[in-house]
Amino acid sequence: MADFLINSVGLPPWLAWTVVAGVAAFLILNVIAGGALVFIWAERKIAARIQDRLGPTRTGGRFGWLQSLADGIKLLAKEDLMPEGADGLLFRIAPYVSFCASFCAFIALPFAFDFVGQRLNVGVFFVVAVLGLEVFGVILAGYASASKWSLFGAMREAAQVVSYEVPLGMCVVVPVMLAGTMDLVTIAEKQAGWFTNWYLFHDPFTFVVFWVYVTCAVASVNRAPFDLAEAESELVAGFHTEYSGLRWSFFFMAEYGSMFLVSALAAVLFLGGWNGPIPVAKLLGLSAGTGDTAHYFVRLIGCGNLLLKATLGVLVMMWIRWTLPRLRIDQVMTTCLKYCTPIAAAMFAGAMLWQLCLPGGILPGLSRPAGEIREGWIEGPGGAASRPTPAAARAVAEVRP
Amino acid sequence: MTGSLLVAAMNFHTLLFYLFASLACGFAVGVVVADNVVRMALYLVLSLGATAGLFFLAGAEFIGAMQLMIYVGGTLVLLVFGVMLTAQAPFVSIKTSASDRVLAGVVAASLLALLLQAAFSVEAWRRPGLGEVAPPAATPIGTALVGVRVDDPPPGTPPGVRSGYLLPFEIVSVHLLVVLVGAAYLARAKRRRTPRAIEVAASVAPPVDERRRAGGSASALTAGGVR
Repeated sequence: MADFLINSVGLPPWLAWTVVAGVAAFLILNVIAGGALVFIWAERKIAARIQDRLGPTRTGGRFGWLQSLADGIKLLAKEDLMPEGADGLLFRIAPYVSFCASFCAFIALPFAFDFVGQRLNVGVFFVVAVLGLEVFGVILAGYASASKWSLFGAMREAAQVVSYEVPLGMCVVVPVMLAGTMDLVTIAEKQAGWFTNWYLFHDPFTFVVFWVYVTCAVASVNRAPFDLAEAESELVAGFHTEYSGLRWSFFFMAEYGSMFLVSALAAVLFLGGWNGPIPVAKLLGLSAGTGDTAHYFVRLIGCGNLLLKATLGVLVMMWIRWTLPRLRIDQVMTTCLKYCTPIAAAMFAGAMLWQLCLPGGILPGLSRPAGEIREGWIEGPGGAASRPTPAAARAVAEVRP
Repeated sequence: MTGSLLVAAMNFHTLLFYLFASLACGFAVGVVVADNVVRMALYLVLSLGATAGLFFLAGAEFIGAMQLMIYVGGTLVLLVFGVMLTAQAPFVSIKTSASDRVLAGVVAASLLALLLQAAFSVEAWRRPGLGEVAPPAATPIGTALVGVRVDDPPPGTPPGVRSGYLLPFEIVSVHLLVVLVGAAYLARAKRRRTPRAIEVAASVAPPVDERRRAGGSASALTAGGVR
């Protein structure tokens, strides 16, 4: 896009790059803020249905569509309180630290082949590293509030998130190992084709690792049953006890943003990214590289695929939240250190052995014949020469079961 | 107008470099000037984050992400330990005495002089031109750290396998591990007194309510479990 602006529109490079960065930042901000609005409404409805209630019904029509908007206006109008003994600077800055960490991680997240803020060749690593910084805002908030509930919540959060980063990292390493790259775009492209190509179904070890990843992801974004940092029944509201109004809502936008992010990461790493379960575009003879309109259309559908998968992930997190009771801190630690970490380590070793013995996947003869088709199907920047023609792609797709 | 735009266009990267560099330096000064542990940690995190920005600007994404994960994340753990181990009052403030300031100033100034001298002794801060041999990158150092030398031996070296830096590297790692174990031991020895105090309190005053209250204040982390 920057090249287009420079060459066709004639903008100077620095302005073109600024415009491109601004557009990407604007879109990501909309994904987070708009997503938070929708997810808060969904959370209310799901919680209500699970508890045999109705949830919001009146605001904005039959299903209470506008409930989140009404909440937002209420939060805007709320008084911005700060406790008397609080450390003013840290108290004010903490929500933005959380939000910025969540926001920055989206930069490297691809939504479709070309739809990525900044394609990094260490994308996975960047996302995991930046996501881990969100806890910093929480700790600052807990400390600066000068309230024992906040401090307890923050300390628990620190212990929990720092511990869960270990198994989370191990889970993330498995798809990286299978793909041979840390580039999120390439990882997703390697899972193109039928859903049997997804890394979730690559071998039994990756299947288990995915569920370990789900557990760790829920824990690392502080959702129930791991929401000890804001355990309402013991700590009033945990780290955000003293917050109100817009600052409080920044914490929540960060939380919903992170939920969406870990779900999208799961989709890219294990669930084929923007590739649908059935390669419709390939069957129709469209590849991501042909013609302008078709090519754009395919990517748009891919983007929709990824958003759908990530949204499903968020909904599953809500389902878990309203189904399971909260764990105690020692149970949280036990789950992490005695179960998740060893399982992830063993599965990592298993996936490695599998990759050594059966490099082709579960059914080497059927699902993924050999290297040449995989190579052809990866439309990397330099892979234009080896791309199969639409007819060849169709023939290949028909041969597949 | 156009002149300034031209300058900006020519030095787009330079501008960003100065932005990140001044942020890093400014927050580094903030770390020294601040007297509150948590604010120091915040400034340190921001300074290290700006350094990560410099790495990203230079196209070294892996090092940038490493910087974020290890240094920024590590500071986080440091902060938690700092608060947990030193917090006797709500807001810890560290007062530096004048003599300490002078001493630190001397050490910092001599280090700065050394670094500046090293920096200005580099012959040319520029990219290698066509046909020139590129200066050694990080790869030979990295492989040497795991015991494999890929760099060319200096003239006059007898042939044979040259040793890498694996042994010193491992020794340093073990040192770090020892420090870690020591820190954990120190932190643990301090806390071990509390349960004994609770036991004594419980044996002196057996009522259940008393015991529960004493247990509840044992430590922040186990408070939920005791309930």
